[in-house]
Amino acid sequence: MTTPLFTRRALCAMGAATLVTGLSGLIVPARAQGVAPTRSMRGGSNNYRPGAPIVERIGGGGFWMTGTVRRAGDGAPLAGQRIQVWAHTTEGHERDPQSHGATLSDAKGEFRLEMPQIVPAFGQPHGHLAYDSAEFKTVFLRPVMPSSSDTTLHADFVLEPA
Amino acid sequence: MHRPGRWMIWVALAAAIALPLGLAAQSPLLAYRSPVYITAGFAGIVAMALLLVQPLLVGGYLPGLSGLRGRRVHRLFGAGLVLAVIAHVAALWVTSPPDVIDVLTFTSPTPFSVWGNVAMWAVFAAALLAVLRRPLRLRPRIWRKAHTALAGVAVLGCVVHAVLIEGTMEPLSKIGLCALAVVATVWVLRDRRIWTPRATSR
Repeated sequence: MTTPLFTRRALCAMGAATLVTGLSGLIVPARAQGVAPTRSMRGGSNNYRPGAPIVERIGGGGFWMTGTVRRAGDGAPLAGQRIQVWAHTTEGHERDPQSHGATLSDAKGEFRLEMPQIVPAFGQPHGHLAYDSAEFKTVFLRPVMPSSSDTTLHADFVLEPA
Repeated sequence: MHRPGRWMIWVALAAAIALPLGLAAQSPLLAYRSPVYITAGFAGIVAMALLLVQPLLVGGYLPGLSGLRGRRVHRLFGAGLVLAVIAHVAALWVTSPPDVIDVLTFTSPTPFSVWGNVAMWAVFAAALLAVLRRPLRLRPRIWRKAHTALAGVAVLGCVVHAVLIEGTMEPLSKIGLCALAVVATVWVLRDRRIWTPRATSR
């Protein structure tokens, strides 16, 4: 006996869903409306240390913080932008100076900084990132890791002129 | 008359509290935390455990601590609960002041902090009501409803707060302790007919 790929009920549901989304305008073609600037996240600036030095790596490493820096509007990659990274890790609390470090975005607007493994603190495994230089408006991010066993965390900055 | 086997309640209660505490003491996260931060976590677990003990005491379910004695210990443990909550928040403050300020001002990004904050104020309010019981001169039934309503909010808030947190508590024992606290609270409310019509009204 063969099993049908779709049951009649599923087929009807799919057809109806397609009609509804198509007719109601829920599906729209992508339009170039410009890239919106990233807004600071709640609690993002907690335990920030202005002027944390640019480092090759924070502590012993083993965990990768990655991300991109782009310009609001045209979305062009921004090179040489200073991003500070900090978190509660296996090597220290968020407040500890050694838990902080900064890095610069490359020509493609990408950055990656190796740091110790982030561990849950204050109830969530999370990291902090900051753009806080003069050229663009300050942005503080506080991404949460989907799982505390993750060994990487990603954050994107879209900056608007100050 | 002494009923054999009633001491089992004490054994069960001791296990219900010792297990989550013991498992939390084994948490790998402790290795990355300062003593103050560790204290904050355990003060929270102690507060949670007291929320389980409190309804059992006031309901007179603990052998040897029924009636007036149970109530006296309930008052004492109520003070202990307030101190545990203060220790929890104060130690978190020392660990990371901005995070605690966010929680207290309801601006924290974490979903569980709102519940913790509400539970904290409910604990304080319930305790205040207990302290002011005589001067307020409320009718006993009104006072009881107010106090138990605040206690209920405290238990609910604390439970949601704890369950949503990824911390030093082992998940299963955490849920177990939370469930027991809820069951004990609901049990005493029903048993004492605080929110349901009394038998005499029928």
